Amino acid sequence: MAVAPPLLRVEHLTMRFGGLVAVGDLGFTARRGEITALIGPNGAGKTTVFNCITGFYKPTEGRIAVVHGEAGLWDELEALTRRGDRHLTLANGGLFLLERMPDHLVSRQAKVARTFQNIRLFSGMTVLENLLVAQHAPLMLASGFSLLGVLGVASYRRAERAAIDKAKHWLALTGLLDRADEPAGALPYGAQRRLEIARAMCTDPVLLCLDEPAAGLNPRESAALNELILTIRDRHATSVLLIEHDMSVVMEISDHVVVLDYGVKIADGTPEEVRNDQKVIAAYLGVADDEVEAVEAEVGL
Amino acid sequence: MALRAARDAAIWGGVALAVFVPLIGLQAVQDIRGELRLDTRWPLLVVLVAMVVGGSLVNSLLIAPWRERRGRRVPHENAALARAAAAFGRWFPPFAVGFVIVFPFLALWLTGMQGSVKWIDNFGIQILIYVMLGFGLNIVVGLAGLLDLGYVAFYAVGAYAYALLAKEFGFSFFTLLPLAGILAAFWGIILGFPVLRLRGDYLAIVTLAFGEIIRLVLINWVPVTNGYAGISGIPRPTFFGIPFNASDEGFAAVFGLEFSPIYRGIFLYYIILALALLTAFVTVRLRRLPIGRAWEALREDEIACRSLGIDTTTTKLTAFAIGAMFGGFAGSFFAARQGFISPESFTFMESATIVAIVVLGGMGSQIGVAVAAVAMIGGTELLRELDVLKEVFGREFDPTQYRMLLFGFAMVLIMIWKPRGLISSRAPSVFLKERKAVAGSLVKEGHG
Repeated sequence: MAVAPPLLRVEHLTMRFGGLVAVGDLGFTARRGEITALIGPNGAGKTTVFNCITGFYKPTEGRIAVVHGEAGLWDELEALTRRGDRHLTLANGGLFLLERMPDHLVSRQAKVARTFQNIRLFSGMTVLENLLVAQHAPLMLASGFSLLGVLGVASYRRAERAAIDKAKHWLALTGLLDRADEPAGALPYGAQRRLEIARAMCTDPVLLCLDEPAAGLNPRESAALNELILTIRDRHATSVLLIEHDMSVVMEISDHVVVLDYGVKIADGTPEEVRNDQKVIAAYLGVADDEVEAVEAEVGL
Repeated sequence: MALRAARDAAIWGGVALAVFVPLIGLQAVQDIRGELRLDTRWPLLVVLVAMVVGGSLVNSLLIAPWRERRGRRVPHENAALARAAAAFGRWFPPFAVGFVIVFPFLALWLTGMQGSVKWIDNFGIQILIYVMLGFGLNIVVGLAGLLDLGYVAFYAVGAYAYALLAKEFGFSFFTLLPLAGILAAFWGIILGFPVLRLRGDYLAIVTLAFGEIIRLVLINWVPVTNGYAGISGIPRPTFFGIPFNASDEGFAAVFGLEFSPIYRGIFLYYIILALALLTAFVTVRLRRLPIGRAWEALREDEIACRSLGIDTTTTKLTAFAIGAMFGGFAGSFFAARQGFISPESFTFMESATIVAIVVLGGMGSQIGVAVAAVAMIGGTELLRELDVLKEVFGREFDPTQYRMLLFGFAMVLIMIWKPRGLISSRAPSVFLKERKAVAGSLVKEGHG
């Protein structure tokens, strides 16, 4: 099987908060059409990496690049970096330097969407409204930046109908179609998690960043979530970057796993490789590398 | 239970006695020789303490058990009640609009030429100005969730823009109306920039300061604004060029009517009604557009907004600008109606009143804001009229002196009864199958 071209490339990413190095010189690649998992013990810096990728933090050092379309655009990376521009957009794709873009442009232009570890839905708005807010940019354009929309032109009504159809598609996929008119805040926890994924997908992302999507889900919901993530990867030309503690999710669906500990990458490979990596086991057990066998014997692994 | 009630009543009576002895029981009066003398008012004290004790007994023996019973009862008749509420919700707005359209003629018919001036001018126009201000502020506070305590600044900008430009250049009201709106929107953006990064209490304080800055500039920039003395002789709006005066070219003469100030009143009433309806219409439309949904999403969760590609900077600025624009319209109308403006009209009290209207009405609800404006402004005006209160509290009782106090009590009671405003539920802007109101407890109040 040919290796898929890279979609996201993180190089020398460092994030310092005062004296604390949350992420130190991290580099990894997420490939197109793959599910890349970012795992590590609590406090390893996974969410910090997410916040850097999605523009919520400005990294202290490093480069984060995303390519749309033609993989040959990667050759332009050095030139673009030197030029000091944020992005290069051509007819056959685009190259985006995420560390240079503010958060809302990371979503709007670079098409990188995210969910949050602690769910952030618009709880007082209905499920359908949540999904329409996610389509803000195209609808704003269709409404002539509100000027035509206030006059009630037909083209805006058509655009809104199309947006509702897209929302319905995602509601059907996440099993929320019957609850479309209910307030998001009234949904049960698992449904809120799915809605947040649906909302992120309504921005038409090329890369979807999921921050612990299985947290707090029961095994059945967790299995349904796996299905949903696989559907997103296989049918919607969206690659997935995943932070997850639930190993059943990580090992089952990931194509590629990156392991962080104390902000440093300690392993990078297929799920099988990572599962048997001494350093990873040591980090998860919280002991030094050479003590792993002793501890494993102790706990009966 | 009776023992408990008696004990509570005794405690309340004791507290009331302790508070009221110095406040009510003793009174310092100056006698004829100009000496201070201490008078006592024991009967009044006894009446008040008895009222407190009686109230406490009524509460613990009658009201509290009733509330408990009601709380325990399974809500079985809610379906009928909900249907009635839904029908009311559907029919009330068109009925209310119809009523305000025929209101001046109703007032004329019921109270005659002379009597109706008060109803149309003091009540109708005054209330509609505040309805419009409430609608405008509702965009900023109710939809975008940004608490703006300096809204009166934009009202002032609109009023002074009209007054100065009309006097200096002689432009007509209808040319200056949009211009005043644009100027106010511009100042809305000016205010928006520094407060973009602020949230909650900090935002409220900076907007409050902004309102005061505008007022102080109006006071101190004497060459332009004439300071405290204000601007008088502001040109009045004309009926397509026909002025409302007693001259031969006046409205009454041209239409062969007997001269009366009421025609101008009716004309102004319909202008402000049209402006208020326009504001309501635009707000309703905006709520269903992406910009309106972005405002509400901003109120719910700003970080999630940014993760969805919404530029929160422009979203906040448009909320400030559009809210300010409607404030500017209302301001220029105010100047045109009064014919005289001074910084006294634009104090913090005005901002507070408008915020109170929005909060009382239920943040984000058009109908709620309109009803709250009628209650707040109409209520304070009505308290001037209530001679009935004289019968209750005695001859010397002057209701106008107590109206703010009574009004404050009324507000406290309403906020206890309906903590999220008169209309607390939120109507969704779009629906798939059925429009279900969102319960107020789920709707966030924003970080402002």
